[in-house]
Amino acid sequence: MNNFSIGNVLKKNVMTIALFVIYVFFVIMTGGNMFTPSNITALIDQNAYVFVLGAGMLMCMLTGGNIDLSVGSFVCFVGAIAGVFSVIQHVNTPLTLIIVIGAGLLYGAILGYLIAYLRIPPWIATLAGYLAFRGLGTQILITVSDTSAISNFPASFTRIFSGKIFETPWGQLNIPCIVFGAIGAAVVVFLNFYGRAKKVKKGYQADPMWFTVLKSILEVAVIAILAVQLAQDGGIPVVLLWIIAVLIVYGIITEKTTIGRHFMTVGGNAETSRLSGINNKLVMFCAYLNMALLTVLASLLVTTRFGAANSYAGQNFEMDAIAACIVGGVSAYGGSGTVMGMVIGATMIGVINQGMSLMSIDQDWIKIAKGIVLLAAVVFDILSKQKKDKKAKAAKKASAEGAAKTAS
Amino acid sequence: MAKVLLEMNSITKTFPGVKALDNVNLKVEEGEIHALVGENGAGKSTLMNVLSGIYPYGSYSGDIIYDGEVCEFHNIKDSERKGIVIIHQELALIPYMTIGENMFLGNEQGSKWCIDWNKTYAEADKYLEMVGLTDSSKTLIKDIGTGKQQLVEIAKALAKHARLLILDEPTSSLNETDSKALLDLMKKLKSEGMTMIIISHKLNEVSYVADKITVVRDGSTIETLDATTDDISETRIIKGMVGREMTDRFPKRHDVPIGDVMMEVDHWTVYHPEFSERKVCDDVSINVHAGEVVGIYGLMGAGRTELAMSIFGRSYGIGISGKLTLKGEELTLKNPKQAIAAGIAYVTEDRKGNGLVLTNSIKTNTTLANLAGVSSGSFIDKDKEYQVAEEYVKKLRTKTPSVEQLVGNLSGGNQQKVLLAKWMFANPDVLILDEPTRGIDVGAKYEIYCIINDLAKAGKSVIMISSELPEVIGMSDRIYIMNQAKIVGEMPASEATQENIMACIVKSGSEA
Repeated sequence: MNNFSIGNVLKKNVMTIALFVIYVFFVIMTGGNMFTPSNITALIDQNAYVFVLGAGMLMCMLTGGNIDLSVGSFVCFVGAIAGVFSVIQHVNTPLTLIIVIGAGLLYGAILGYLIAYLRIPPWIATLAGYLAFRGLGTQILITVSDTSAISNFPASFTRIFSGKIFETPWGQLNIPCIVFGAIGAAVVVFLNFYGRAKKVKKGYQADPMWFTVLKSILEVAVIAILAVQLAQDGGIPVVLLWIIAVLIVYGIITEKTTIGRHFMTVGGNAETSRLSGINNKLVMFCAYLNMALLTVLASLLVTTRFGAANSYAGQNFEMDAIAACIVGGVSAYGGSGTVMGMVIGATMIGVINQGMSLMSIDQDWIKIAKGIVLLAAVVFDILSKQKKDKKAKAAKKASAEGAAKTAS
Repeated sequence: MAKVLLEMNSITKTFPGVKALDNVNLKVEEGEIHALVGENGAGKSTLMNVLSGIYPYGSYSGDIIYDGEVCEFHNIKDSERKGIVIIHQELALIPYMTIGENMFLGNEQGSKWCIDWNKTYAEADKYLEMVGLTDSSKTLIKDIGTGKQQLVEIAKALAKHARLLILDEPTSSLNETDSKALLDLMKKLKSEGMTMIIISHKLNEVSYVADKITVVRDGSTIETLDATTDDISETRIIKGMVGREMTDRFPKRHDVPIGDVMMEVDHWTVYHPEFSERKVCDDVSINVHAGEVVGIYGLMGAGRTELAMSIFGRSYGIGISGKLTLKGEELTLKNPKQAIAAGIAYVTEDRKGNGLVLTNSIKTNTTLANLAGVSSGSFIDKDKEYQVAEEYVKKLRTKTPSVEQLVGNLSGGNQQKVLLAKWMFANPDVLILDEPTRGIDVGAKYEIYCIINDLAKAGKSVIMISSELPEVIGMSDRIYIMNQAKIVGEMPASEATQENIMACIVKSGSEA
């Protein structure tokens, strides 16, 4: 039986299509301004932290709709200690990194222990961090600096997390960027066709050939456009490499590994999971440990982007990450969600943000728009699920009645 | 003859695929205690749910005539307004609220907008006195024992001006003294004119308290016995409960050799995780051989599930003591993971609650207990997983369009097959099946029995826990009988009859 149909494909990718429509809408509304190389680079730069934190938040939410409210404040705190060691104490960069990663490990382990083993509800345990780390970060910054900010990070530090690789002047086509784009496109095309060939060989259901071709063309087109645009703006931003790395790693974890499966199962039904031999507590512990580590990375990306650690860094980051997950179709009750979905959700919010800003719409209206999009995404999700449930139930009933008839 | 308060005429209720009630008639006179008895799943609770409006008017056929008029209850509120109050087996009290607050939940005293707490507690005390409870109504529920909580439930019902009180297994969580007190309270209420329906498995209590006894079997009312004119001894009631024909509903196992002892549990004692002085398994010793199907029969609450789960990596209970020997080797299994690794599988009675992940596919559920079986390192081989799931769908004849189907969309019987597939794929030596055919239709039951036979043929040890006597007798090689946390009998299936199994239970009940 082959249940491939255009309708199904459209249904599955409805958020992607919506994102595309919204993007085109803003490109038109801004008179093409949105589509300039520098604005595309800005879109990536400004939203890098959402992708990174979103990946961590996704893992937390998979375990049962659990969230981490402390990430924004922890971003501020990590920025502050990075500043203290790197700028004020002149500690070399590798050691600074080890220190901040250590701080992340320590906080993540404590948080994980509180939530997984002492069974403190996640939002309470992380609310404590939300309050404490904002205060702590601010205090550190005030104590060591008159401006309550630390700037002038050494280049050896900022280079790792910001700037461009093989940078070329603006307007000149950056060759390495084009080469990377070409390699990326080739890999995507290869994976598409290789995956299909493997399925066909083993006799599994595979998409029709024309669809694989069409899909590859669209994907290559997106990569090509992105590569050309970035190439005109000096090259590949370092943050993009970090984002891609994080997304690939977490994409693989959630889709292909037993660890990812364990996360889904704990969120899907914790009792079933426990009785299937999964260590639920360890899973919860890992979720929050992982979140803290990704928060460290996000903090470093943000701090180096601004070139300074300051006391308001990371404000509302937790909400951005949660919103990206929710808009991206991650279940608020746990058990389902994908990295790709989160990426779409994060990008959509980022696009709305940037598009409306470029149209000089007031910040308050942007917030209203984002709130409506968030709610609309969830309502849409729930309505479509209810519809599906009804259909499934009707089918079930029909089959039961059919069975009863044949029995009698 | 007293006035008839309630008449239920030809009530029929069907669930998809199952006829839960078939033409049931029940007549209750004013001022009597009417007992409903029957095996688990006979339809007693369904009948009471119809009466109290939990299954609304229109979802069943037949008439409810209460106090002379035909009633159409659409929800619990409707029936409560008429004075029909049901007290469920699981107590519905909120631990961190006072007795008084609990009693008037949804029935708050005072004006429409403002609760009058003085009136609430005064009223509460009044009703507490009626049920003979001396605690203050300002005591928190968590601070009183289950016996007293049950009395609070009754007081709560009285506060709703109940005329017909339905008690579903009221003594199932009470000890001997509390049970006696409760039954005496029922007699006292009767003398004050209250009409009551009691559902109970404890036949000695039924004979003690009831004026009339209606026996329900397979969704039909079989007979009604009158305490004043009929013999209502326990043996007589049992005859009514189990007097069904044994037909060949069970596939035969031919030439399955029974091997050595596979698993042995010795002097196994388990305590309740919350009420830590209560034993849920008391000095239980059982064993199972390779290729053998051992049945554990017991009524609900006998401690069967608790026994199974405590063996399965101590996943239930505290203070577990006793010896567990598997293939001649004494083991201590600290968690389900170790139990699975040692070769034990526990197939739960609650497939939706803790057996399956309903929002996941058949494929994902099948490999859940043995992900390592389809992975290399920590990477899942999705092709292999797909193949495994397909294989089990074919082998167990699960009806589904594909293995990607969410198990939440399957019927009960097919869900049960997915659950069995999950544990079969974990490749255990001992499978503990807890109520493997609960809530599934006859055809699917037969298929599950065939699977059990195949497992035995493959040299596995099967422990089948069930509260259906014909099933236990028809499927087992050997039967343990469990009652009130103890093993009270053991017999080969060839010697087992429904009557002598029930006799074991009755005997142990009267000894206690």
